[in-house]
Amino acid sequence: MDFSFLFQSISPLTISDLFHQFAPLTITGLALGAIYGLIALGYTMVYGVLQLINFAHSEVFMFGTFAVAWVVVFFHGTSSTSQGLFSTLGLLAICLVAAMLTSAAIALLVERVAYRPLIRKGAPKLIILIAAIGASFSLSEIMGLRDQIVGWFGLKDNLSNYVSQARNVYSSPITIDPHGLFSIGNYRVTDVDLLTIGAAIVMMAFLDQFVRRTRLGRGIRSVAQDPESAALMGVNATRVVQVTFLIGGLMAGAAATLYMIRIGTTRQNAGFIFGVKAFTAAVMGGIGNLRGALLGGLVLGVAENWGAALFGTNWKDVVAFVLLVLILLVRPTGILGESLGKARA
Amino acid sequence: MSTSETPDRMVKVPSQPARFDLGFLRSRSARTSMIVIGIVLAYALPLLRPPIITTPDSDFGGVMTEAASYALVAVGLNIVIGYAGLLDLGYVGFYATGAYTTGVLTSEHFHWPFFLALPLAIGVTMVTGVILGAPTLRVRGDYLAIVTLGFGEIIRISILNLNWLGASAGIKDIPSPPSIGPNPVGATGDGLFQIPHIAWNGLVPLIDTQHTTPFLVFDVLDAIPYYWLLLTVLLIVILADYKIKDSRVGRAWEATREDEDAAELMGVPTFKYKLLAFALGAAIGGLAGSFLASGQGGYINPNSFLLLYSMLFVAAVIIGGAGNRWGAVFGGFLVAYLPERFRTLSDWRLLIFGLCLILIVNVRPQGLLPPRRTRRALAARAEIQELEGEAVDV
Amino acid sequence: MGTKQTIRSLAAIAAAGLALTACGTTSNSEAKATDTGTAAACVQGQKLAFLGATTGDAGALGLNMVGGIKLALDEYNKKNADCQVGLKVFDSQGDPDKAVPLATQIVGDDSIIGLVGPGFSGESLSTGKTFSAAGLPSISPSATNVTITQQGWPTWHRVIGNDSAQGAAVAKYLKTTANAKKVFVVDDGSDYGKGLAGFVRKGLGSMVGGNDTVQTGQTDFSATVTAIKGSGADAVFYGGYYPEAGLLVKQLRQAGYTGLFMSGDGSEDPAFVETAGAQAANGAVLTAPAGPAPANFNTKYKALIGNPAGLYSTQAYDATNIFLAGIQAGKTSHADLNSFIGSYNGTGVSGPISFDAKGDIKQSTIYAYKVSNGKLDTANPTPIR
Repeated sequence: MDFSFLFQSISPLTISDLFHQFAPLTITGLALGAIYGLIALGYTMVYGVLQLINFAHSEVFMFGTFAVAWVVVFFHGTSSTSQGLFSTLGLLAICLVAAMLTSAAIALLVERVAYRPLIRKGAPKLIILIAAIGASFSLSEIMGLRDQIVGWFGLKDNLSNYVSQARNVYSSPITIDPHGLFSIGNYRVTDVDLLTIGAAIVMMAFLDQFVRRTRLGRGIRSVAQDPESAALMGVNATRVVQVTFLIGGLMAGAAATLYMIRIGTTRQNAGFIFGVKAFTAAVMGGIGNLRGALLGGLVLGVAENWGAALFGTNWKDVVAFVLLVLILLVRPTGILGESLGKARA
Repeated sequence: MSTSETPDRMVKVPSQPARFDLGFLRSRSARTSMIVIGIVLAYALPLLRPPIITTPDSDFGGVMTEAASYALVAVGLNIVIGYAGLLDLGYVGFYATGAYTTGVLTSEHFHWPFFLALPLAIGVTMVTGVILGAPTLRVRGDYLAIVTLGFGEIIRISILNLNWLGASAGIKDIPSPPSIGPNPVGATGDGLFQIPHIAWNGLVPLIDTQHTTPFLVFDVLDAIPYYWLLLTVLLIVILADYKIKDSRVGRAWEATREDEDAAELMGVPTFKYKLLAFALGAAIGGLAGSFLASGQGGYINPNSFLLLYSMLFVAAVIIGGAGNRWGAVFGGFLVAYLPERFRTLSDWRLLIFGLCLILIVNVRPQGLLPPRRTRRALAARAEIQELEGEAVDV
Repeated sequence: MGTKQTIRSLAAIAAAGLALTACGTTSNSEAKATDTGTAAACVQGQKLAFLGATTGDAGALGLNMVGGIKLALDEYNKKNADCQVGLKVFDSQGDPDKAVPLATQIVGDDSIIGLVGPGFSGESLSTGKTFSAAGLPSISPSATNVTITQQGWPTWHRVIGNDSAQGAAVAKYLKTTANAKKVFVVDDGSDYGKGLAGFVRKGLGSMVGGNDTVQTGQTDFSATVTAIKGSGADAVFYGGYYPEAGLLVKQLRQAGYTGLFMSGDGSEDPAFVETAGAQAANGAVLTAPAGPAPANFNTKYKALIGNPAGLYSTQAYDATNIFLAGIQAGKTSHADLNSFIGSYNGTGVSGPISFDAKGDIKQSTIYAYKVSNGKLDTANPTPIR
């Protein structure tokens, strides 16, 4: 039956094409999903400890992407060039550090301004949600007004490479050209794909071990499990919450670096879509569950690509959300279940 | 009914701040007259254009219409969030459903008159609410937030991509509600009579005979009749809200919200009541959407139903004080009104709005007009704190 | 409590009485400033209005337009220091609902004599009736939806060609100049992008080798790239704006696609090259219904506004200059100004401008701009005939 009277465009691929293009769709989907997963770690950590959705986390990520672009402009200037991944590794390492520090600083700021005073007052959860939404608006708008803000200090001309046209897209002048390494099916896997997926898995594993094995990690788990008992046992809840935000920020910074390597362009509202997706990924995998966050991200990335190929790219978010509902109906606490507090020690 | 509390009990609460103690309102006639004055003032507000309150950079009547629309949405969402305790981050989807049903029925595919399309729009939205609620209300609390958020996005993406719904070009030429009196829509009509506006010379009010609003012509140049219509609808919905909140249903919601398991044990079919809250909330959202579609512009497109607006609606309910209908009305009004009032701040106003959200919740974590129950709980907590001599951690 | 009540009621009555005694009528006290009959007289405080998004997701485009308007006004006001024209910016955030009260405000403000805008098609359709009922002349620099000028609004004009002429020209270019055999057409689902891509599809007919619709704001196009590569198309047309166009061509080139990339005026912005990266953008062809801007336009713009001129800056500049020419000719009433615009015939920085009866610009050649050596060559486009 022809649905074109109803749908705006026909799908770009048919089912048989989907099998033909299975490898490229899946691998690029995994790479995208790895970035979702890294951002999702931030949502999942904060939720695990506070049972609160950190709506400002998308802005934490967005600031990281700008940090990457700024560092590149600082060291390289604004002339547009293409370079391979390996020739820029040194610069990318600086970018990674800068992005992680920036995102962590923003995450701590959010905790300090929007969360701590309200938690201390014992405000209801929904109120804290509104504070987080307010923080998200504010951070995004600060980025969109950065040209005017530096104008106050008379720095607009000095910093024009960093702030001009604040509401427009802002690109890293160095384009990272991916390099094909080996083939899977009809897809040539590139160094950038491997880096993205590998980095996400390594970082998740590292974080998982941190939460399981270290003293601070035990503190996080104890607060997640039972804040009152944890307090009785001498765990400093405020400090644990801070560490949680810090870790979420660091992971968002790493995600931002990978995002800039793959995409290379950001904007003051770039965090919003990724934030929603990452939050979806966190819930899909089982919120509060670190492994679940990454798994959820990967599943979501792949599902989006398959869905886009089958129904048209404009329907991919619908595919993602429908999949979320289906998963929640079958497994009401996500694929791996909620478990930050319940991780085996 | 919460307002029928005996006066004596209120007096006995020592920590009740003086500003809540509107003692003179206890006489029934005084209260009735205050309410009547308040309602008359609300109707007259866009004609009066009081200095300071009026919006200098946007049409005050139009802003008040938008504010009334937000207030209506907030009252509907308050049933879902405030009464039943369900966090809905996709409420804009219901708003869109109501608006698009109206658009399709009155302009895009059929040419029904507005007041025939309105009940169907409400019905369709209500059914949408049930269809969404039936599977998702079984998932637990916080998961509902992301599922409803996804629902809002699904609706938006669908209206953006379905040609049958106008896609990105939207639906245009949606007719206004029928006018009363001679000279129908389009003419710079007389209506039944003309109501002059008030102009202000400093603080001295002057009757402005140059600018008048015809009663009752729904025209493209004057937003005030749309405002009156919406305000009337808002008042009717609030009355209905009083009735429902005061019934068995309202008590069942309260029980479900406070402790779902206990409520279930006491024989409250919690799922049924949650679904009812969802459906009623959806219906009011659809009602507001329907009036949006047939408003002054007579045009809708998917840009009016961004996820951002769901967040704003939730912010309206919570800032106003979840659970209190007047709080929701006030919150909806503020969220629509403040960014328009402070247009002089141009680029900065969204930033300032964000900062204001943080500030308001810090200053009044219980909302601006919290329901009485919250105030009692706060007072009780303060009392415990005083007795125990230290902060109570929650 | 009884005393309190009495006092309050008394206060209310007193206030009401005060208000009543202070009431007068405005009709005598405010002589209407705009009713001065003589044509050449200067109307002090006269303004143009801009209605469009300067914040929100489309804010960057609105700011480009405001820059163009400011440049035109600046030049005019320097020459006519004794009779300046002001500007009032109304930010709709791109939301058609928010635009309605702003339109009511604009038509209620007697000092506003004309409107540059509305910025987008949605807000044009939601406010058109209001502007037309009030008789306020308007010239949009950027609203391209074909149906707007079919509404029969006599005061509505645009200095940008609607999408049908450009779509036909794109199809012609792909067929004859580029010798493409199979074209994959992608759009962004927006009113503009989808409209333009639709006319391209129509012009190409059976040459369309695949379709996809992406989302505005999307940054990862891997599914689309896979589909394009799998289709074997030798050219791609993208209907939409530069942020997505730049990323799409970048990701296509990174995946090894070598066919021609083409897009419309929504991508004809230096930021397209920045987003794509110089290497990936090379060879891309961007069409626009506007000739090259004079070399000094960009210099003047940058000097005044601080940013380089962008998409729709030239159109906004031209639209403003049409109003200013009308004002200089003494046409300050809505009706005079509107008939002046209707019979206007001149050349702006974006090309020759005159309007047909519906308010559409009489077209106008479509030019193909190429990206070469990592730069959008805005000086030497090829006209598509």
